[in-house]
This record gives sequence, structure tokens and C-alpha cells, in this order.
Amino acid sequence: MSTSQQLSSPEQWVDEHGDALYRFALSRLQNPSAAEDVVQETFLAALKARKQFSGRSPERTWLIGILKHKIVDLVRKESRERPAEEIDDLPSDADLLFDPAGRWRTGPLEWQVHPEKILERKEFRAVLQRCLSNLPKRLRDAFFLREMEDQSSEEICKVLAITPTNLWVVLYRARTRLQNCLNKNWFSDPDRRGE
Amino acid sequence: MLTCREISKWVSESLDRKLPLHLRVEVRLHLMMCRMCRRYRRQTVALRTILRVQDPSMAPTAFSDIHLSKGASERIKKALTTANE
Repeated sequence: MSTSQQLSSPEQWVDEHGDALYRFALSRLQNPSAAEDVVQETFLAALKARKQFSGRSPERTWLIGILKHKIVDLVRKESRERPAEEIDDLPSDADLLFDPAGRWRTGPLEWQVHPEKILERKEFRAVLQRCLSNLPKRLRDAFFLREMEDQSSEEICKVLAITPTNLWVVLYRARTRLQNCLNKNWFSDPDRRGE
Repeated sequence: MLTCREISKWVSESLDRKLPLHLRVEVRLHLMMCRMCRRYRRQTVALRTILRVQDPSMAPTAFSDIHLSKGASERIKKALTTANE
């Protein structure tokens, strides 16, 4: 078992873990400079807390644990500082997808995909990243906390300072918008639907 | 009867909380009859799965092409060196 003495040097940390931490932060924040800042804060906090590193989990797991807290703290702070937009003003794709009677216009496309297999396609990853980065911030924050971090509605409502009813509307809009974006930019090509 | 627009909302919400019984029954009956809403449901679940796939670096696989820029990496190293002194 490693001990705190066996942690790699802070400079090595950046070489060894910088990319992974940055990817993780960017997937949640979608903002390169905010992601870089939070990665730097994570390393600085890790440096301070070095003595507490037990060595029971790998260094990477320890660093990602710190990073997760930093990201949620940042999102919480931003949600409190910014006046919350009225939920009804947030964009919704529902009018594009449904006719006035509430029926699907063309309907979602069939995705017969294997998640791990489709993620091997670099072009798909680029489309997915673009669709995620096009989500309005309020939708994106709720979406990553729910879908990537698997936080409960209750926890997310506390972080974002919104009611559960509003959270469920926000998540619905985020999912529908992302699916619509992927349908348009990836699955509209029939050859790509069966991977 | 609920419309597809309303059903899609409840399908999404069912991934975040347990719906009341009457809605669960209504959604289930609608899905039995409606191919498009079934697709919507499958896509919602697939999207969640895709986003939770992690590569060995512990970051989401969807972002495996992304790298910390050289400039940022140098900046962070400098900040760490200063803080370590």
C-alpha cells in the first residue's frame, strides 16, 4: 500500500492527471477556462491536503474526488449569484417536435446503438460534445448533476436553488434538446443508426 | 387521454422520481400503443448510459479527445511550485 510519502511530485501530477481532470471538468462545465481554473484549484487543494492522502485509493480517484467537490461548489455559487431565469423563458424544443395537438411531428429516430461501441467513433464524440456545449447553462448544470453524477433530485435542487417541479421541467428540456440535436446531427444518416 | 407531448414529459420525469400510480399506469398503456413514445423512452435511457461510460482515465469516454493545453499545464505547474515553496 502506498503512503503519503509515495505520492508523485506536484509537477508530475499535472503530467499524469492533468488531461483526465480537465476532461472530467470540461464535461461538466463546458467552459474551457472555468475547467482549467477548477483543475488548478483541485491540484492546489490536493497539495495542501497531501498529508491526509491515505493511499487507500489510487491518486487519480483521490484527485477526482476533490475535483467533484470543487465543480459542485462552483455551480452552487454561480446559481446563487445569478438571478435565476424564469423556467418558462428557457428554450424548449417541444414546439418543434410536437404539433399543436401534442402529437409527434416526425417523431424520434430509432437508435439501435451500443453505448460503448458508438463512443469509439471520434466523429460521434465530437457531435455529442457539441450538442452538450450548446445546452443553455441552467439546463446543462441540472443535466450533468443528474445524468453524470447521479445525484438525487433533492440534492440537485439544493445546489441549484430550484424547486423539484422546476428541476423536472429543466431535465425534460435538456434531454429533449440533446436528443433532438443528436437526431439532427448524427442519427439522421441512416447508416449510423445501427451501431 | 394524455398526448404524446405530455407522455414524453412523464417519461423523462420517471427517470428522476417515482411517478404516482395513476400516471405510471397511463404512461405504460400509452407506451404499449405508441411506437414514437417508446423510441423517446429508449433514447432517454440510451443517452444516460452513453454519458455514464467512463474510460480508464475515469473521465467520460465522450471527452477522451480533449487535452489540457500546454499553456494551462505550465501555468498550473507554476502555481503548484509557488505554493509548494
